[in-house]
Amino acid sequence: MKNTLLDLYRKDSTKKVLASLISILAGLVVGAIVVVLVGLSKPNIGASGIWDGVRLIFAGILSTGRAATGELSWGFNARALGNMLFRATPLILTGLSVAVANKTGLFNIGAPGQYLMGTMATLVVALSIPYGTMPVFFVWLLAFLAGCAAGALWGAIPGALKAFLNINEVLACIMTNWLAANVVTWVFEESNMKNIVEGTKAGYIYKTTYGLTQVDGAWTYVEGNGVATAKMGLDKIFPGSQVNGGILIAIVIAIGVAILMSKTTLGYELKACGANRHAARYAGIRDKRNIVLSMAIAGGLSGAGAALYWLSGNTEFFWSTYQSLPAAGFNGIPVALLAVNNPIGVVFSALFMAMLNIVGQQLTGFTAYNEYITDVIIAVIVYLSAFSLLIRTKLSGKSKAGKTNANAELVKTEEKPTAEAETEKGGEDA
Amino acid sequence: MTFLIQQTLLYAVPLMIVALAGVFAERSGIINLALEGIMIFGAFVGVWFVQMMQEVDVFIIASRTGDWMTLQLLALAAMVVAAILGAVFSLLLSFASINLKADQTIGGTALNLLAPALVLFLVRMIANQNTLRMTTGDAASWFMIKKSTLGIDRNTDLGFLGETFLNKVYLATYLCVIIFIVLSIVLYKTRFGLRLRACGENPQAADSLGINVYHMRYAGTTISGALAGLGGFVYSLTTANCTANGDVAGFGFLALAVMIFGNWKPLNIAMASLLFGVFKCIAAAYTTLDINGDGVYMLAEIGISSNLYRMLPYLVTLVVLAFTSKKSRAPKAEGIPYDKGSR
Repeated sequence: MKNTLLDLYRKDSTKKVLASLISILAGLVVGAIVVVLVGLSKPNIGASGIWDGVRLIFAGILSTGRAATGELSWGFNARALGNMLFRATPLILTGLSVAVANKTGLFNIGAPGQYLMGTMATLVVALSIPYGTMPVFFVWLLAFLAGCAAGALWGAIPGALKAFLNINEVLACIMTNWLAANVVTWVFEESNMKNIVEGTKAGYIYKTTYGLTQVDGAWTYVEGNGVATAKMGLDKIFPGSQVNGGILIAIVIAIGVAILMSKTTLGYELKACGANRHAARYAGIRDKRNIVLSMAIAGGLSGAGAALYWLSGNTEFFWSTYQSLPAAGFNGIPVALLAVNNPIGVVFSALFMAMLNIVGQQLTGFTAYNEYITDVIIAVIVYLSAFSLLIRTKLSGKSKAGKTNANAELVKTEEKPTAEAETEKGGEDA
Repeated sequence: MTFLIQQTLLYAVPLMIVALAGVFAERSGIINLALEGIMIFGAFVGVWFVQMMQEVDVFIIASRTGDWMTLQLLALAAMVVAAILGAVFSLLLSFASINLKADQTIGGTALNLLAPALVLFLVRMIANQNTLRMTTGDAASWFMIKKSTLGIDRNTDLGFLGETFLNKVYLATYLCVIIFIVLSIVLYKTRFGLRLRACGENPQAADSLGINVYHMRYAGTTISGALAGLGGFVYSLTTANCTANGDVAGFGFLALAVMIFGNWKPLNIAMASLLFGVFKCIAAAYTTLDINGDGVYMLAEIGISSNLYRMLPYLVTLVVLAFTSKKSRAPKAEGIPYDKGSR
């Protein structure tokens, strides 16, 4: 038993997971330290306020609010957990987007722009197909595919610029992000999809549950005639939350990407280009095509994330977005980094990020602190993941003495136990 | 025309100084993707400093009596504070990328995430809203140099040059231009500059001649941080009315583009930032832009959507990069952690 645990610990993938967990823990601790420091400098927060803040950072997802006595109450919070799943849906896909590009050696900081273009295409398609012309499911599917396509197009642009004109993809992505923000604003400014039914919703686009319907010869939007992702029974498990089947679709896509990257020729070629573009070309792989393709897939995934988020039918899009980029796009970067670009790992790290998001809301709602502390935590985690390789070497327990002999020894000791383990395993089988 | 030149300078100068920040880091071999984050941090620190100093009696009296020298001194102090803390903030990047040999792109991204988060968190704690403003008055009334501050009658005509460069200007703009020139000379005409550039091109060779690559890279990144912090505050002082809200509208990234477009050379960068300044200025003020002074707002009358004008700076960047990127020559060793033992 002890030996199998040790074997598990010696596995490289275990160390990757451990390094990520250490980053997460360190991030949470830094967040807690900031909370304590700020609490100490502000006399109106007090010791109990600080204690509440720290507890919420570590376990906010289990908080059910404040009891009548003023104490924080804890337990299974179905609403918070369901909302966490809902928020995780786009994060899984933008995380996959960044991860796929990373595997090809590209840093996709363009996820926010791709996400915005996906948002636009999805909403435009969902809201412009008149009610009754085709089954609701087809409208949903068309809108979803439109979102993917728009994202893919927006991802392919920096990809092509990188492949054919050698423009740094980070810069190209940033420029296309802001271009997308302006294009989206422009399109919706000219459109008739601005919500005018509900007076308080000025500046927002209709939810997808509104459908274009002919009433007395004039086209208007009527609630209930539109589309929304099926709940797939999840609303029974998490009553009162925004969760829907989108999370299941996202997980299926993540599994699909995992298969694509590790079991297909295309995935192999993409990874080969990431490892060494020139060597890949020497081996007969068309590197330029693969770079464009990788960015297009990445963009399509971001677009799919946007489509699933807005097709939920329970959120409105604020259309005048030219001054800001969606956080769901940027947060794909920490999600992918935390998962070390592993598609299945992305699902878990996205869930974690979504949990932090909920924790932020709890902090704003129940304490004197605000939700931005969770962004600080995410930033610290990303910072630590920049040297996750270092953490992994430290986990191996080898000192970096720099002696030439130490290296050779390292290889020896590294190999010896695995060989032993294998013979042992063989023995068990026999 | 006067208005166009003044507005262009307001946008071009922070861009120029931050692009130079990028040059100092990259020429020493460190990719500083964190320019945007450091700008955000510098802007916040400077504005917070001004806001706190506005409660000090000396400055309250100075603003009432119109003692502009004292007020300019306050702006200067805020610039220094923003630069110092920008440098301190950039140490996070230097430490990760020089000592720990971490991925510089990820390190920079982390700082870009950290700065707005930290700034918004603190602003919310300090001001209970999402924007930190000056306690009283605004940037123009406190720090802008006008004819009246110089003791000249409001109606005197100073001629074209006088009106453009002496009326309604900020001291910070000129200081930044001077700093830009001085540091460009340092980079090219001093022993320190030569050594710094050597570390970005061939650190092994530099090391073999007894230059401490790690120290030089720390120096490059720290200067870079100071300049970016300064640029952030100058941006918020001159174009955002001395407010901080955890955002500098992508200026840090635009500065990176300017740096690449300018081929990592100061003079080209100055030209490039002027070009981008013009487009930024058009995007921000095309409705009130009277280019040749005949009272006709030409750009507004053409009837092109404001969205297109806002897209112009980014579109132009992409087009210009498309034409110049084949020729662009980045410092050879940038982004590669220096390892003494490697060959």
